[in-house]
Amino acid sequence: MTASAQFTLEDQADGAARLVLSGRLIVSTLSPVEARLRAVEAASTIEISGLEEVDTVGAWVIYRLSRDLDAEIEGASPEAQRLIEAVKDTPDDTQTVPPEEPLATKVPGEVGNAVLGGISGTKQALAFLGAVVMAIFRVIRNPSRLRVTALVRQLQLVGVDALFIIGMMSFLVGIVIAQQGAVQLQQFGAEIYTINLTGRLALRELGVLMTAIMVAGRSGSAFAAQIGTMKLTEEVDAMRTIGVDPIEALVLPRVIACVLMLTLLGFYSSVISIIGGAVLGQLALGIPFVTFLSRIKEVVPVLDLWVGLIKGPVFGLIIGMTGCYQGMKVEGNSEEVGLRTTKAVVEGIFMVIVLDAFFAIFFSKIGWL
Amino acid sequence: MSEDVATAPEPDMRDDDAIIRIEGLVNRFGDHAVHDGLSLTMRRGEILGVVGGSGTGKSVLMRSIIGLQPFSEGTVEVLGQRMGEACNDEVDIRSRWGVLFQGGALFSTLTVAENVLVPLREFYPKMSEELFHEIACLKVMLSGLPAEAAAKYPSELSGGMRKRAGLARALALDPELLFLDEPTAGLDPISAAGFDSLIKELHETLGLGVFLITHDLDTLHEICDRVAVLADKKVIAVGTIPELMKSDHPWIQEYFAGPRGRAALSSREAEKPASREPGEDKHPSAKAMDSNPGSKA
Repeated sequence: MTASAQFTLEDQADGAARLVLSGRLIVSTLSPVEARLRAVEAASTIEISGLEEVDTVGAWVIYRLSRDLDAEIEGASPEAQRLIEAVKDTPDDTQTVPPEEPLATKVPGEVGNAVLGGISGTKQALAFLGAVVMAIFRVIRNPSRLRVTALVRQLQLVGVDALFIIGMMSFLVGIVIAQQGAVQLQQFGAEIYTINLTGRLALRELGVLMTAIMVAGRSGSAFAAQIGTMKLTEEVDAMRTIGVDPIEALVLPRVIACVLMLTLLGFYSSVISIIGGAVLGQLALGIPFVTFLSRIKEVVPVLDLWVGLIKGPVFGLIIGMTGCYQGMKVEGNSEEVGLRTTKAVVEGIFMVIVLDAFFAIFFSKIGWL
Repeated sequence: MSEDVATAPEPDMRDDDAIIRIEGLVNRFGDHAVHDGLSLTMRRGEILGVVGGSGTGKSVLMRSIIGLQPFSEGTVEVLGQRMGEACNDEVDIRSRWGVLFQGGALFSTLTVAENVLVPLREFYPKMSEELFHEIACLKVMLSGLPAEAAAKYPSELSGGMRKRAGLARALALDPELLFLDEPTAGLDPISAAGFDSLIKELHETLGLGVFLITHDLDTLHEICDRVAVLADKKVIAVGTIPELMKSDHPWIQEYFAGPRGRAALSSREAEKPASREPGEDKHPSAKAMDSNPGSKA
């Protein structure tokens, strides 16, 4: 049944060639002969009475040959004739790929688009920020507008559900800092300072930074994907037409949850890190667990706690806003959801780290060392 | 013939005539059975309409036939091959059917032409690029899309054009059997009528068998050779519409003899004397305007 299509070229008395097709000229058997058929240069008639089977693609090949060679088709069965009639209007000179620009105009064009995109992106981000701030004021003036149920749900998703993973991570990071610090400080016989190192680093920097990265990965991406999907399925538009402000209903609960929870989670993470360090101190450095903790109270200034607690809500705001903003910007197709989700995480983490550097300089300038 | 056809899921037909044969199909979701002992036979080269109320499992039936939905019991045979078993036949059965999903299900990152070429590149990777290009143009033309639509992305097309593009992809491999899931749902009456005549034209020129799920009474009257009615977890009747209308099943009566059914029927009869020549099908838009239910009934 899988016999391929064949053809022969017969020279006729009058000098014109006769192309005789036989076998099954269908899409599955066509490829072996197609290139050779295309190479045929001249024929005056195409004899197709020997064909056992033809489909639309076969009919197209026959028609194209007759058109390009200016040849007559002979011996067509009624079905073949019908198929040829059906396919002969094919506009095979149409462009099937979107036209591509030449490099000379494409490169400046793309640079220009990137610049304009950057400008309009900044504008849109500012507009979004403004919309969120206005929504916050509306809610402050009229607290009953706050979606308590949605907020509580987000608090659980962002905060409570992340407790285990963040605790685990912080504990291990605490152990690592203490261990690495101890190795270095031992060289000066100063391994007791491991406590200072672990405590200050955890409260000032690592607790909140690690938490921010984890929340960006867990929740920032989820915000972008959820809101993005809702945009695609027109749920956001439906909200607007009903008179529900999507910023109030979708964005505010998420952003507030992020701000509150990142503050709390950052503190929680610092505490667990210190416990991790204390466990290592007990096991590897011979510093009793309780001593480690009571020393923390003496060597870590309370300012360090404040530094961590100030950074937490700011990072939370950035992550929540980035996630929701990218989600709200989804348009067109499902691929965009993936792109925007990635962007939400990458930009969120990047901005957090940049801001963390600013904070470091800021706090050192105002003397919060 | 009328009496028994309209009452029974007919037990059998001549073997070589059946392109789809379903026997004793059972589909369960948890405790809830969608199909319970469903039997249906579709003949080669016919347009079989499948109707039924919402939730009677029309789409589930289609998904069972094309192997997307593992079923609990029963046998499904398509193009002479048992589904639900490992397909180790040399000609993959999937190259012999085409499926048009409800929303078109076009790959959103590919242009229409590239969408059409996906099955071709999958099954016949050795074809020349020129032929790929020509086949893409050919299928786009056959599905009734303007040529410039070939280079567009699905998001740039209207709903009706997306369905046509989905049809172009379903036709890519010159299938013997075409599955259409509510092809006219969500289309305006003119587009719906255009789509109907397109399917009929393709059916006539290419000799396609069409398994057509629809709620559109005009589509049923216009192009279906036979109609299968799904209710009570079974196919309760199969037959031509006049045969079905003799049935006394309340749902069938309400469906075909209700206000919309009557409107579709009368518009079809009004038009009959004027222009019911075979092959002359590019006209039904006018009559569809006054009676088309548009989407889900």
